[in-house]
Amino acid sequence: MSTQQAEPESQEAPEDPEMKGAESPAAEEQKGGGMVDKHAEKRAELEGETVHIKVFRYDPEIEGKQEPRFDDFHVPFEKGMTVLDAVMYARDEYDSSLTFRHSCRQAVCGSDAFFVNGKQRLGCKTQISELEQPVRIEPLPHQEVVKDLVVDMDHFYDQMHTVEPYFQDEDTPDTDALEEQRQSPENREKIKMSSRCIWCGACMSSCNIAAGDNEYLGPAAINKAYKFAMDDREGEEIKEHRLRILEQEHGVWRCQTQFSCTEVCPKDIPLTEHIQELKREAVKKNLKFW
Amino acid sequence: MYEHDVIVVGAGGAGLRAAIAANEAGADVAMVSKLHPVRSHTGAAEGGINAALQEGDDWELHAYDTMKGSDYLGDAPAVETLAQDAPEETINLEHWGMPFSREDDGRVSQRPFGGLSYPRTTYAGAETGHHLLHTMYEQVVKRGIQVYDEWYVMDLATTDESDPNDRECHGVVAYDVQSGNIEGFKANQGVVLATGGPGQAFDHTTNAVSCTGDGHAMAYRAGAPIEDMEFIQFHPTSLPSTGVLISEGVRGEGGILYNNEGERFMFEHGYANNSGELASRDVVARAELTEVNEGRGVEDEYVHLDMRHLGEERIMDRLENILHLAEDFEGVDGLVEPMPVKPGQHYAMGGIEVDENGQTCVNGLYAAGECACVSVHGGNRLGGNALPELIVFGKRAGRHAAGEDLGDPEIRTGYGDDVEDETETELPVAPGEAGLDTSGGVAADGGVTADAEGILERTVETARERVDRLMDKDDGVQHAEIRAKLQKAMTDYVNVFRTEEGVKKALEIIRECRQEYQDVYVDDPSKTFNTDLQQTIETRNLIDVAETIALGALVRNEFRGAHWRQENQIRDDENWLKHTLISWDEGEPSIFYRPVILEGENKTYEPKERSY
Ligand SMILES: Cc1cc2nc3c(=O)[nH]c(=O)nc-3n(C[C@H](O)[C@H](O)[C@H](O)COP(=O)(O)OP(=O)(O)OC[C@H]3O[C@@H](n4cnc5c(N)ncnc54)[C@H](O)[C@@H]3O)c2cc1C
Ligand code: SF4
Ligand code: FES
Repeated sequence: MSTQQAEPESQEAPEDPEMKGAESPAAEEQKGGGMVDKHAEKRAELEGETVHIKVFRYDPEIEGKQEPRFDDFHVPFEKGMTVLDAVMYARDEYDSSLTFRHSCRQAVCGSDAFFVNGKQRLGCKTQISELEQPVRIEPLPHQEVVKDLVVDMDHFYDQMHTVEPYFQDEDTPDTDALEEQRQSPENREKIKMSSRCIWCGACMSSCNIAAGDNEYLGPAAINKAYKFAMDDREGEEIKEHRLRILEQEHGVWRCQTQFSCTEVCPKDIPLTEHIQELKREAVKKNLKFW
Repeated sequence: MYEHDVIVVGAGGAGLRAAIAANEAGADVAMVSKLHPVRSHTGAAEGGINAALQEGDDWELHAYDTMKGSDYLGDAPAVETLAQDAPEETINLEHWGMPFSREDDGRVSQRPFGGLSYPRTTYAGAETGHHLLHTMYEQVVKRGIQVYDEWYVMDLATTDESDPNDRECHGVVAYDVQSGNIEGFKANQGVVLATGGPGQAFDHTTNAVSCTGDGHAMAYRAGAPIEDMEFIQFHPTSLPSTGVLISEGVRGEGGILYNNEGERFMFEHGYANNSGELASRDVVARAELTEVNEGRGVEDEYVHLDMRHLGEERIMDRLENILHLAEDFEGVDGLVEPMPVKPGQHYAMGGIEVDENGQTCVNGLYAAGECACVSVHGGNRLGGNALPELIVFGKRAGRHAAGEDLGDPEIRTGYGDDVEDETETELPVAPGEAGLDTSGGVAADGGVTADAEGILERTVETARERVDRLMDKDDGVQHAEIRAKLQKAMTDYVNVFRTEEGVKKALEIIRECRQEYQDVYVDDPSKTFNTDLQQTIETRNLIDVAETIALGALVRNEFRGAHWRQENQIRDDENWLKHTLISWDEGEPSIFYRPVILEGENKTYEPKERSY
């Protein structure tokens, strides 16, 4: 397996003439009110046109692809076209070796987080008409690239597993008697946002701290722990155990509230806020302060 | 070679539940999945899980609704098992921490759903499937169950006695997507297929790209019959460009369907004078396509679903998610313009024939979830009934594979004395007509009577040879071309409306695809993460599955549930209270029929007249 770093700077292939005059990544779009009309205009402009995408390519095995480069594709625009649609078109029509993960096409499987025009985004959830051209599509930074847009997710999964991501009850009621654990609607509401995580890894990839500290649990894992720690159905004892895990040297205190995770999360999970709240809980519980 | 007691193929809702059950029954179980478990398609389910939990409701009502919903093609023992076990299984999920929506008193909420006589759909917001998938994966992590993720299962290692009922499955052959290595996985006790639906046989589907019917095709080639594949559910409101689902909730809140002339066609053209947009799924889907076919569609393709009149406040309160879907996936703002919608393939009621214990006619081979047909949905699935099927029958399959005694099944499988032979039926087209080449890694073909290990080794060899062949070939046809042709044929001819002529045309094209596939090659020479190779193998599976759908649709000359036939628009109980079974017989599909079981524990479900 490759150990190619997907740092955006190191990916620039200088011998690629296309790259020389490349503009800096597009300004990040703000989601919000005025966006819709602007898109309608842009879409109308694109009708009948092709979209220019520049896709990062790398394969550790194939000579000629071991040196990372960008390939240019011109894909006919269709109304509603997403970044994922564009790369799928490029693969099916031009180059079947173009490799990326994808499955649901509806922002729930979390497999197609890419670095698009300098920002972590889900390919399937990003309208092509929203972006400056040429659209640069790269693998998630700070993760090892396996091939083209595919990165190694093992480290991400390991961090998720470190926080004991499973419900730990003290006295579960009798299943045969069909008795539930009661949970107030308010408490359910409290954990709702944290429970939406689709494990896409965008947050982890955007986090400077995680980039510098491989052991840092990272926003997704901490958020996962938040979901359990804030769920009233788990008892006090396990809550304390959870806070201890989060309190460790590479846990919540590493977060420097840069908000990059919150900004890129496709599920709008208030990650930074959750991390802060866990810090406060830990202080309240008088746990060790690193 | 890897070795475990039980191998579960697929890690969606059904696979995860099967693995947990096998683990609890004491087996050493491993999951092999082409996607990491949390990427499975179960995560896309929105609506909820049906389970009779409250006072005033009971399993018998749930069973009754399901039999009626199935248009009397469900098998009562399976339907009753579903209804009986769903409550306990749903509460079990709650005990595992699944974040269900709650009532003020802290109990799980339930809501009304189409075709249910009681509000028994238990839900977690509009993301029930996501929570179900993640909750069960957490339990797999907790138990330390071994997961081989991003391993693509290519074939089953099965003995080749001439009667599939005598065959035995000893494991699977899979390749590691990341490295390209092909290995055998020996299952000492059983293999459970939980590979999900075959939605990619159609070019417009709400299903994930990974839903390629791999399990169906592997079981089929190993000799297990495929049941009732003609029953495909089409959902009336999916987005035209991607197939992303727009929930029935929009129409529930008062959303209106318009044609290109601005007519509210459900009423103005008399499709459903009473319930209009809220008529059942198949009625609305047929209405929409009729409009398009008669030239009243927008851009000759879709119709408009308008919710603007509901007002921003109400939309934000109840349908916010829909605004995001329309914006993110279609680039349309539902507050200022109507949303384009058209029918999309959504669910396969049929699948690999199994009994109540999840077992196929091949010893040691099980199937559960959407890839299986224990026959709970019959001709038409009720919303909210697929998720309980995953957990109820996933669990049973896992336990049985791990050696637990669940009692004798009432449902029979495989070819036997209770079936109606194809020779007694007149077929409009010979099932094995055009070039059906059996080469290309059909495990069940060719002199395998060695011990388990020998069989596995031989299957691994065949798989390696097959991959080498595909990789060594330098030119020919690419899978994407064949896949696109196949998907188009299915959508053109085996869609909501079906005619004998159309379905025959589809069969012809499917067989052309089969021919072209002989010349398929993989362009990407790399062993690392070769999705070109994977999709090439998937395409072969799609061809097999598409053929069973089309054949089923051709022979069932009646109108039942989701299966509409122009030549015979009435339900024909006299001739068709039976399941269509297609099995792979020496390289050719052969067709036979098994009667529906309408006798339940306490009563017999009498077929009633359908009314809209
Ligand atoms: C948009 C949508 C909404 C829905 N909403 C509802 C609802 O509200 N209520 C309801 O009851 N039902 C609903 N359904 C139906 C229900 O969600 C599905 O039927 C169900 O989730 C299928 O689960 P499964 O476990 O059988 O398969 P999947 O979840 O699709 O899992 C299949 C697994 O098999 C693996 N796999 C496949 N092939 C291979 C191979 N060759 N090798 C290795 N692994 C393989 C995949 O990686 C995956 O892990 C909905 C369906 C859709 C599409
Ligand atoms: S928290 Fe958000 S960005 Fe991070 S993995 Fe989960 S869904 Fe992705
Ligand atoms: S393809 Fe599933 S999240 Fe984008």
